[in-house]
Amino acid sequence: MHETTVSRRDIFKLLAAASAAGAMLPKQLAAQAPRPLTRPFKNPLTDPDFLNPVAPWEKPLVDTELATLAVLCDLIIPGDADSPAPSKIGLPDFLNEWVGAPYDDNRADYEIIRGGLAWISTRSNSLHALPFIKLTEAQQTAILDSICHPANTAPELSYGSRFFQKLRLLTLGGYYSHSSTWKSLGYVGNIPIAGPYPGVPDEIIKLLGLGDVIDFR
Amino acid sequence: MALLTDRKSLREYDVIIVGSGAGGGMMAMQLSLNGMKVLMLEAGRNYEPVKETPMFNTPEQAPLRAKGTPDRPFGYYDATVDGGWQVPGEPYADKPGTQGEFWWWRARMLGGRTNHWGRISLRFGPYDFKPKDRDGLGFNWPINYEDLAPYYDKTEMMVGIYGSNEGMENTPDSSPGVLQPPPKPRVGELLAKKHCKTLNIPVIPIHRAVLSQPMDGPKLAAKLFPDNPVAQKIVAKDMSSRAACFWATDCTRGCSIRANFQSTTVLIPPALASGNLDIITDAMVREVMVDDSGKATGVHYMDKQTRADSVAKARVVIVCASTCETARILLNSKSKLFPNGLANSSGQVGRNLTDTVGSGLSGHIPAMENLPPYNEDGAGGSHVYSPWWNYKNQEKLGFARGYHIEMGGGRTMPGMGSLAILDITSPGIYGKKLKEEARRYYGATMGFAGRGEMIPNENCYCEIDPSRTDQWGIPILQFHWKWSDHEINQASHMQTTFAQIITEMGGTATPRSGIDALNKPGQIIHEAGTARMGSSATDSVVNSFGQSWDVKNLFLMDGSILPSNPDKNLTLTVMALAWRSSDYLMAEMKSGNI
Repeated sequence: MHETTVSRRDIFKLLAAASAAGAMLPKQLAAQAPRPLTRPFKNPLTDPDFLNPVAPWEKPLVDTELATLAVLCDLIIPGDADSPAPSKIGLPDFLNEWVGAPYDDNRADYEIIRGGLAWISTRSNSLHALPFIKLTEAQQTAILDSICHPANTAPELSYGSRFFQKLRLLTLGGYYSHSSTWKSLGYVGNIPIAGPYPGVPDEIIKLLGLGDVIDFR
Repeated sequence: MALLTDRKSLREYDVIIVGSGAGGGMMAMQLSLNGMKVLMLEAGRNYEPVKETPMFNTPEQAPLRAKGTPDRPFGYYDATVDGGWQVPGEPYADKPGTQGEFWWWRARMLGGRTNHWGRISLRFGPYDFKPKDRDGLGFNWPINYEDLAPYYDKTEMMVGIYGSNEGMENTPDSSPGVLQPPPKPRVGELLAKKHCKTLNIPVIPIHRAVLSQPMDGPKLAAKLFPDNPVAQKIVAKDMSSRAACFWATDCTRGCSIRANFQSTTVLIPPALASGNLDIITDAMVREVMVDDSGKATGVHYMDKQTRADSVAKARVVIVCASTCETARILLNSKSKLFPNGLANSSGQVGRNLTDTVGSGLSGHIPAMENLPPYNEDGAGGSHVYSPWWNYKNQEKLGFARGYHIEMGGGRTMPGMGSLAILDITSPGIYGKKLKEEARRYYGATMGFAGRGEMIPNENCYCEIDPSRTDQWGIPILQFHWKWSDHEINQASHMQTTFAQIITEMGGTATPRSGIDALNKPGQIIHEAGTARMGSSATDSVVNSFGQSWDVKNLFLMDGSILPSNPDKNLTLTVMALAWRSSDYLMAEMKSGNI
């Protein structure tokens, strides 16, 4: 049987890896054994040119799949006045790059995403005799509602549920790692500050009752 | 002079230094500022952090949102070039029968692994030099804390370290005026401090090699090089051209403003400015050569650009290639006089291999949800940590030695995994509500990582693989590993402690125990011990200056010479040892002993 939920441990691996990239928790990576690299010698990934970054692999998804992804991503995270719709910041194209990558995790995601896009197309056609992107938003939402919650999904729809959960995870990751969404999320860094580091605002010190530990001498 | 691309223009050198990291960089700077002619050989390519560092690049500008991959384990923007736990064309092996597979991290670039690290710079304390006296395990050092303390002061002034003096047990203070002020803590760090109080766990400013304010070059250089006007002038100028941290971008990317320490931002620039250092990059050293009298004459290396066998000669050879690579070079340097490898009459080369005991646990902290946004980037790494606090009740713990706690979390630059927690907290939600959930949970996580001392044991070592070479024709290393109960029990203790802290902070966490709690051997990248220093030629490889007992003009200067591997991270100590060793070497050369 396939997994219907990402295990807690996997999530903390992801969290830890995200932190590690920030040197917050150095060397806390997923405990996968080092394996031979995707290319043995000269490799634009092991010695990258940051001015001209390249992802040296094929993007497998075709236009109809990308169009379906655009609709799905925009339903998962709708655009509003605070931050753009995923389709406006190239998320379908990013997901195409993601599922094309040669690494084990990405190969696993490829299977779920590509198979899931076909599954949702079949589901849409069997219910409404139309492709998913031609449905009304209410019809689209009804299909998502039937698969979005892993614990409440009918057994025969579990394939769709697994797809939705993976797509939501990748959409959240791809969307909020795009700098155009940071302000709406509450990340206000990546800018230089002159002088000493300002530290925690008084408002938060008061809110959390940290007045007695603020003094580090 | 500087980087030699024309391999034919070599002059006569006093010293060859193999490797350009913490040990090699410090040796090269000291010797060249004192007028010695130095040739440095680096196995990787030239690397210029001022030009190459991706300082403000955002995830969407990189493949896969800059996420870590097997090609780039710490993410696309990590400074490492052609490295990681695998290096293209340079394999290593597990020895049959090993219990754990060892992961060997390397970087093939000028500055080596100093371009990628946490910049955590903790002094070893008095106990750390005499561990066997305290618990009967492992090896004592042939020197005391007091022997190294002045060199810690000098190294800290040279490099620029932020931190504070807290007067705590086996956690030495620096001399007055040496440290730079630590940055203020972030909210998660303050919360941890508040709740660790209840558990009697101290949380204090960490020491890291990052400038929190500009350096006063002339003043510092006058203190550091009182009798050397040339060095004063060069170092003063270079220090004053380093900028203070502007509280953005991760240190692991490197630093284009040279606010943090890399060999390439602090040590190599003044060495090159002296005019006395030449560097050949892409030079993979195969072995140290000796003459009929048993003296080192130079090194044999493979020129990676031409794939040609090449030779460089000097009066003194200093190998600073990193703990395992140094052992590999010595073991591959076989001759009639030294059939078991060079400097190995004790049989200790490759033995006593250790890595730091590592274990981590993260938890969601409800108090950190939905906080008003503020900039938490800070110094590109931790502002606080917990030094080991259990010296007084060590006997009750079921393991010898201790660990420190590194902590982090909060609103770091969002990456692919930053919202993965919503799989647990918010299943089934999508649409407008999902955006609210993202804002609520983003950054409401703290992670704790233990970094502890491993005791050398006879089952952990590296040796030459009898059948395989790398792409340069150099026989590769194979590793054998087995943790002892000390490390396993220590990792369990870390997990229990972190779960307690997270619970105190209002979160929930499930600790692991036993060997499942341990990071992989080599995963923490703090290897040490393969050519340990000691007080006698019978059971150690070098003396306290890194001088080989067997070959007087051969020195080693990297993690390989450390007889123990305290929880305090190695880089600062390697640099302090290198400074001390360079004073000794120059005196010995002057007096004609070498």
